[in-house]
Amino acid sequence: MTAQAKAPSLRLARRKAANGLMWGGAVLATLAALVPLGLILYYVAAQGISSLNLAFFTQLPKPVGESGGGMANAVVGSLILVGLASLVGLPIGLLGGIYLAEFGNNRLGWAIRFAADVLSGVPSIVIGMFVLALVVIPMHGVSAVAGGCALGLMMVPIAMRTTEELVRLVPMSLREGSLALGATHWRTIVKVVMQAAKGGVITGVLLAIARIAGEAAPILFTAGSTQWWNLKVTQGPMSSLPVQIYLYAGSPFEEWHRQAWAAALVLVTMVLLLSIAARYATRGRMRLVR
Amino acid sequence: MPRSAVPEVKANPGPTALHPPKIEVQGLSCYYGRFRALTEVKLTIRERQITALIGPSGCGKSTFLRTLDRMNDVIEGARHEGAVLLDGEDILLPDVDVVALRRRVGMVFQRPNPFPMTIFDNVAYGPRIHGLARGSDLEDLVEDSLKRAALWEEVKDKLRHSAFDLSGGQQQRLCIARVLAVEPEVVLMDEPASALDPISTLRIEELMHELKQHYTIVIVTHNMQQAARVSDETGFFLNGEMIEFGPSTRIFTDPADKRTEDYITGRFG
Repeated sequence: MTAQAKAPSLRLARRKAANGLMWGGAVLATLAALVPLGLILYYVAAQGISSLNLAFFTQLPKPVGESGGGMANAVVGSLILVGLASLVGLPIGLLGGIYLAEFGNNRLGWAIRFAADVLSGVPSIVIGMFVLALVVIPMHGVSAVAGGCALGLMMVPIAMRTTEELVRLVPMSLREGSLALGATHWRTIVKVVMQAAKGGVITGVLLAIARIAGEAAPILFTAGSTQWWNLKVTQGPMSSLPVQIYLYAGSPFEEWHRQAWAAALVLVTMVLLLSIAARYATRGRMRLVR
Repeated sequence: MPRSAVPEVKANPGPTALHPPKIEVQGLSCYYGRFRALTEVKLTIRERQITALIGPSGCGKSTFLRTLDRMNDVIEGARHEGAVLLDGEDILLPDVDVVALRRRVGMVFQRPNPFPMTIFDNVAYGPRIHGLARGSDLEDLVEDSLKRAALWEEVKDKLRHSAFDLSGGQQQRLCIARVLAVEPEVVLMDEPASALDPISTLRIEELMHELKQHYTIVIVTHNMQQAARVSDETGFFLNGEMIEFGPSTRIFTDPADKRTEDYITGRFG
């Protein structure tokens, strides 16, 4: 009797121990993932904040040796490049995603999905080279448009696959409700399906923008960099924060290193704000998707 | 006193001039790929009557309902044989405009499926796509539709609220109002109360009695008491075949077929 009672309690203890062990392992792994993130944010903030001032946003870079100056052209340039990239990437990504979700259960859909997955795995530097050959060389030089194309190309697969996932989440009963009222398929998609998927799609779009905002490789030799203002998007180099960071951090000058940290802080803050906005856009909207 | 004077709540007038045939189904078979969901169904749905379709799960009654507004077109690999005559015209012909058809034949689904928009926009959705009304005419049409669906009093002060703020029963009546707003002739209901509580169910049933004055109603239901309560005529489906069709009073008291009797007495299904 006692022997019988003892065996289960031993097994129970073993199961409890295993449970505790796995729980501890999961917590440790989570911490291991969070600590570097916290360190990055802390380090960037600590290093960047001392170099960050109004001049950073209002002045042009100063030549080596002179102190002061800022990256006004790179801040504006980054915004322009991201804007152009969105113009190129989002229409293709969104419409492609809708196509895949609504009509994509065929060979063409399969091929597009495969191509998008491959494209999202292509190294960003290769995309830069591709645009160099296809846009920069025919246009006789780097430009914001070329940089926007490179970044836009990177956005396409991200925007397309997230849109597809979210449009698929919209229940069939909503589509049928609309079709049964005599709406066409297109009208149903625009007025009902996209209405239901809106919050999620906005999140996907913002995350896609955040993803490309920090890319240096695709614009390194498509948009280039300059010390001066250039608001002409079709001609001449356009500075951007990631490329400035790459150039300044690799330079031997102390002053430039400090500027690079400031740029890094601005860039990280921009991406962080986008991510928070993305979270906010999803909040309370998922209810509509049910 | 003549026998016909005996008060009978659901006396079926039969094929009279009052209720001419609205939909005539002739030899209808329906396939999903190789699977035959309906076999040679033949029946007549009369105008301004409630026709109930009963039968166990998977017997084809929903499939049948969905052929009446061509909603099976949405399902890949679905095809039909036979004819469905709406006012004498075959709606299964390939050149039929399904958009126009679905305006005449509306559908209410099993689960309430309000669109993710305001209560007003839900009801206005159909009239807007068909260009039926705008401005104050549209507002009147929405109000009228909500009144017909017995929902107006509950929502008149919150037309701009999300349709998801409503209870399940209210959502279902909203979906009915949405269908009525496009001014259909026939309303198909696929187990409209199966996801609702008893009180909401009762409201939907009362509503059907009122709607019957103006619309031809076809309802699929699992609930035999419901079919007996609301319908004028009943069809019993089994394994994709129409086993028996007739006045509800007779089907539920004196079924001709043994299988119908077994089903309504609860011996299977």
